[in-house]
Amino acid sequence: MTAKRRRVVINYFALSFSIGSAVLGIGFLFWILWILVSNGIGALNMDIFTFDGAPPGFAESGLRHALVGQLILALGATIFGVPVGILAGTYLSEYGQTSKYANFIRDISDTMMSTPSIVIGTFVYAVVVSPMGHFSGWAGIVALAIMMVPIVLRTTDDMLSLVPQTLREAAAALGAPKYKVILQIVYRSAKVGILTGVLLSIARIAGETAPLLFTSFNNNFFSTDISEPIASLTVTMFSYATSPYEDWQQLGWAAAFILTAFVLGVNVLGRLFIKTKRKR
Amino acid sequence: MATIAEIKEKRAVEVKDFNFYYAGTVDPALKDINLPIPKKKVTALIGPSGCGKTTLLRSFNRIHDLYPGNRYEGEILVHGENILQKNIDLIDLRVNVGMIFQKPTPFPMSIFDNIAYGLRLKGIKNKTELKDRVEKALKDAALFEEVKDRLKADGSSLSGGQQQRLCIARAIAVEPEIMLFDEPTSALDPISTLAIEKLIIELKDKVSIIIVTHNMQQAARVSDYTAFMYLGELIEFGKTDDIFVNPKEKLTEEYITGKFG
Ligand SMILES: Nc1ncnc2c1ncn2[C@@H]1O[C@H](COP(=O)(O)OP(=O)(O)OP(=O)(O)O)[C@@H](O)[C@H]1O
Ligand SMILES: [Mg+2]
Repeated sequence: MTAKRRRVVINYFALSFSIGSAVLGIGFLFWILWILVSNGIGALNMDIFTFDGAPPGFAESGLRHALVGQLILALGATIFGVPVGILAGTYLSEYGQTSKYANFIRDISDTMMSTPSIVIGTFVYAVVVSPMGHFSGWAGIVALAIMMVPIVLRTTDDMLSLVPQTLREAAAALGAPKYKVILQIVYRSAKVGILTGVLLSIARIAGETAPLLFTSFNNNFFSTDISEPIASLTVTMFSYATSPYEDWQQLGWAAAFILTAFVLGVNVLGRLFIKTKRKR
Repeated sequence: MATIAEIKEKRAVEVKDFNFYYAGTVDPALKDINLPIPKKKVTALIGPSGCGKTTLLRSFNRIHDLYPGNRYEGEILVHGENILQKNIDLIDLRVNVGMIFQKPTPFPMSIFDNIAYGLRLKGIKNKTELKDRVEKALKDAALFEEVKDRLKADGSSLSGGQQQRLCIARAIAVEPEIMLFDEPTSALDPISTLAIEKLIIELKDKVSIIIVTHNMQQAARVSDYTAFMYLGELIEFGKTDDIFVNPKEKLTEEYITGKFG
C-alpha cells in the first residue's frame, strides 16, 4: 500500500466513525424530542394555561399554577443571581485579573458550577428552610440564584477578557477613568456575550428539580406568595408523572413538553445572539 | 550628542535622565534617555524591534500606569511640568496627549459617538456644539466626505484605513497639544498609508507629533526630527535630513542603510 493510499483509507475510517458517532448522538436527541412531542402535543390544550392543579379526575385542571410559580422562581433567581454574577465576573476580569485571589475565586466558582444541584438544595434547606420553619418560594429563588452565579460569572469573565486590551487603552488614552472604560466601552463590546451567558443560565436553572424539592417544594394551588411553598413546572412534572392517575400523567407530559420547548427556545436564542455577534 | 543642543526650537516635551522598568523586571527597558521633542514638529522614533520605541511613546501619556508595577525614573517635562510626579492628574494629561495605536481601535458605537466620546468625557453636552466639533474633527481627519451620510453607522463598519482616520478624528476632537502615533500605518494598505501621512503633516500646524515607525521612507517623508534608539538607549537625535544623510553614529548609519534591524 502506498503512503497516499494508506492516508485515504485512514481518512475514510476516521470520517465514517465520527459521522457514525454524530448520528448516534443526534439520534438519541431526536428520539427524546419525538417522544416528548408525540406525547406532549396531545396533552396540550388551552385549559392547561387557564386552569390550576386539581385532584385527579377533575376535568378543569391545568398547569397555570406551575407556570406562574416557575416564572416567579426564575425571575427572582435572575434578579438576584445575574447582578452578582456580572459584578463578580467584572471584578475578576477587570480588577483581579490573574492575581492569586482572583484565580482562587475562579476555582471556587468552577467547583460550584459542577456541584450536584441536589447539594445546593440541601444547603439552602439548612440555611433558609430550616430557620424559617417551612418551605418557601424564597428558598427556591436562593437555590436557583446560587446555581446561576457561577455560570454568569464565568461567561462574564470570559467575555470581558476577550475584549481587546487596546480598546481599553484607547479609551483610557482619551482620558476616561477606569469605571467609565468598563461601563461604556468594555461592557458595550461584550454585551452580546454577557447576554448569552445570562440566557444560558436561565435555561440551565429552568430545568432544575432537585434544588426545588428541598426549598420551594410544591403547591397544587395557584399562589404568588413567595414566602409560602410555590409550584414549579419541574416538581409538578415529577409528581404528576409519577402519579398513578392517567390525567395527571397527561399533564406531566404537557409540562415536560413546555419545559423542553422553553429551554430549547432560550438556547436557540442564545446561539443566534452569538451568531449575530460573529457576523459583525 | 551635540545635536540636542543645536535644537533651538521650542520644546513640547523634554525627557531627562529617563529610565523605565516593566513590572517584575530588574533591567530597565529604557536607559538614561535624554530627548527634546520640538513643538509643532513631527519627531520620528526609529530603531530595531524591541529597542523600546513603544515603551518610550507610552510613557508620554503614562498609559503604562494601567498595569500595576511599571516604574518610571527621571523626568518627562510637558510645558515644564514633570508628568512623572505622583500628584499629576492623569486624566488631564491624557486629554492633552492623544494616542493612536497600531491597529485601529473603533469603539463599539456609531461613528458620531466614537468621536463625541472624548468630548462627552470633557463634559460637553450641548447637542449643536457636539455636532459642530464632531464634524470639524472628521473634516480635519479627511474623513468627513466619506462618512457624512452614515454618521449613525457602526464605527467598525468602516475600512481599516477609514477606521484609523476615525481614531485620529476622535483624538483630535478633544484638541490635544501632543499626539503620539505607534506605527499607525503598519496595518494599512499603501493608499490609506499615504492619506494618514498627509494628515500627520497637516496636523503639525496645531499639534506636536511623535511617531514610531519601522518604515524608513515614512520617517523621511513625514518627520522633521528623528531619534534613533537601540537596546533601550537613545543613540542619536537630530534633524531628519541630517540623520538620514549624514548620521554621526556608526550604529545609526548601519541601521538606516539596512545593515541590521
Ligand atoms: N509588558 C512588558 N513587560 C515586560 N517587558 C516588556 C513589556 N513590553 C515590552 N517589553 C520589553 O521591553 C523592550 C522594549 O519593547 P518595546 O515594545 O518598547 O519595543 P519596540 O521598539 O516598540 O519594538 P517593536 O518595533 O517591535 O514594536 C523589549 O525588550 C520588550 O521585550
Ligand atoms: Mg512597538
